[in-house]
Amino acid sequence: MKQWIAFWNILLKDMRTYYLKPPNVSWGIIFPLAWTGMFFIRSGAGMDRILTLIPGVVAVSILFGTTSMLSVTVTFERKSRSFERLLAAPIPLNVLMLAKTGGAIVFGIANAFVPVIMAAFIVDLSQVAWGAFFTSVFLIAATSTFLGLFIAVSVSEVFEAQTFSNFFRFPMIFLCGLFFPIEKLPLVLQPLSYALPLTYGADALHGAVHGVHQMPYLLSLSVLCAFGIALFAVSLWNIKRKWIV
Amino acid sequence: MIRPQPARLITSVCDRQALTNMNMITAEHLSKQFGDVRAVDDVSFGVREGEIFGFLGPNGAGKTTTINMLTGLARPDTGRITIAGIDCTGNGRATQSLFGIVPDESNLYPELTGFDNLSFCAALYGVRKADRGNRARELLKTFDLNDAAQRKFGGYSKGMKRKLTLAAGIIHRPQILFLDEPTTGIDVNSARQIRRLIGDLRQAGTTIFLTTHYIEEAERLCDRIAFIVAGRIVQIDTVESLLQPLHDKHIMMLTLASPSGGIGEKLKAAFPALAFEAPAPNLIRVEAGYPIQVGPLVRFFEDQGIDIAEARRMRPTLEDVFIKVTGLGTEAMRKEKGAGGIGGGGTGKGRGGSGGGSA
Repeated sequence: MKQWIAFWNILLKDMRTYYLKPPNVSWGIIFPLAWTGMFFIRSGAGMDRILTLIPGVVAVSILFGTTSMLSVTVTFERKSRSFERLLAAPIPLNVLMLAKTGGAIVFGIANAFVPVIMAAFIVDLSQVAWGAFFTSVFLIAATSTFLGLFIAVSVSEVFEAQTFSNFFRFPMIFLCGLFFPIEKLPLVLQPLSYALPLTYGADALHGAVHGVHQMPYLLSLSVLCAFGIALFAVSLWNIKRKWIV
Repeated sequence: MIRPQPARLITSVCDRQALTNMNMITAEHLSKQFGDVRAVDDVSFGVREGEIFGFLGPNGAGKTTTINMLTGLARPDTGRITIAGIDCTGNGRATQSLFGIVPDESNLYPELTGFDNLSFCAALYGVRKADRGNRARELLKTFDLNDAAQRKFGGYSKGMKRKLTLAAGIIHRPQILFLDEPTTGIDVNSARQIRRLIGDLRQAGTTIFLTTHYIEEAERLCDRIAFIVAGRIVQIDTVESLLQPLHDKHIMMLTLASPSGGIGEKLKAAFPALAFEAPAPNLIRVEAGYPIQVGPLVRFFEDQGIDIAEARRMRPTLEDVFIKVTGLGTEAMRKEKGAGGIGGGGTGKGRGGSGGGSA
């Protein structure tokens, strides 16, 4: 019970201190809006194409929102040594890190629904498979957050966190099938696409929103889940190895 | 570099069992290496329940590394740690609910208010919401921070930050408190208040592990002290026992009206049985194994055309013991001092430092 009191309060503290700050809230709204506009301009599509654009905007919004916030906040707390306070508290390390990542996951999910809410005023969303959509959004948010954690554990400065994040994010955006269908990518790049978690998340989102997807949901979501678990496990191992020296 | 021998080695299983049984904290043969630097080298000690145990040494001596190993923030390369009878060598988290930590930096959250910081720290130890609020208010009052309770921690002064960090360390009423340089770099009043509160905690039965490089602070507060130099413990004992060998030593500090200038050789020639030292241009420290007669000294300086403004008899202090045991000058400690050194005022034990009557 005591560790869940700690869990809940760490999550609440992070929400208040980082994620619900006005700059982050406005960023969470403007960023998906900008991505939507960019997709529209690039594709030259009309309102009827909104449904096909939603998965890309949702996936990118989650990816950028979670990785940026988590890697920066954890690195910042490490620099100011307030993270030591958490490491010295009687909370199992996995519970502690789930609490630290929980806020970013919620932030990512909230980011995902900004374009959805905007789209709801323009097009009919009755054909969306909400169960699959929400599961995909949650798993993309969790996996992207754990990627942010992996980045945070790998760097020591806040600016390094941002630079290192981009090392993962930009290849993922271009290779996960959001801009170009994977089958149209050069043959040599296609295996790389399938090594990226967002490929599976984007495919599941496409299926949930407009019914077109390459892989069965079970496969996409299972692979996404496996990526999330692997990233979290590697991050915990790195924390024990690098932060409790 | 001085490589002193460890003060005590625990050699047998019986020794180890006895040490563990009577101590709240037991460290046996702890070592820790960072690259080429051996930060802690075969350190062994025990901290008894309810005592203030001082860990005294200059910066870089291995104090913080030792605290980090005891609190689970660092893994020892070798050795064994037992806290409250629980072996936590490989699992630092096993005993983390039993102790509080006040790190050498005030590392609370700058964006949270004083009240919210304390509430959050209590929540980390599983304290329920109603109790968290009451305890936070109680501690804010104890530390004279009531007026700043709703201000953000980032806007606090250094002394206020230190006090709130100490309050956060005891918010969950721990049995053991690790204090890492609690008064370094803060104003005299805040340091005095923190020392008084440390004394109060000891009275309430809290076991305290205190690291400091303020010799006077350690002398005033601690029941027992370990001197640590270059990662090794050179001596552990009670303050009284540490001072015992110096009880027959007599010290007098002469303050001259003007700088003494090169009269050292003349002094030595005139008083061959006395030892002289000049800690400052107008100060002469005289030491002997028998009571020092001030009259001949006054006459000597008058003959040299120098007036003595004050002649003060001094009691031997822990500083003298530290110099004798470690071979280090107190400059090694003093050069790192901020404003928080002893400025008088009450402490837990109230023992006086250097001082005595003017002659």
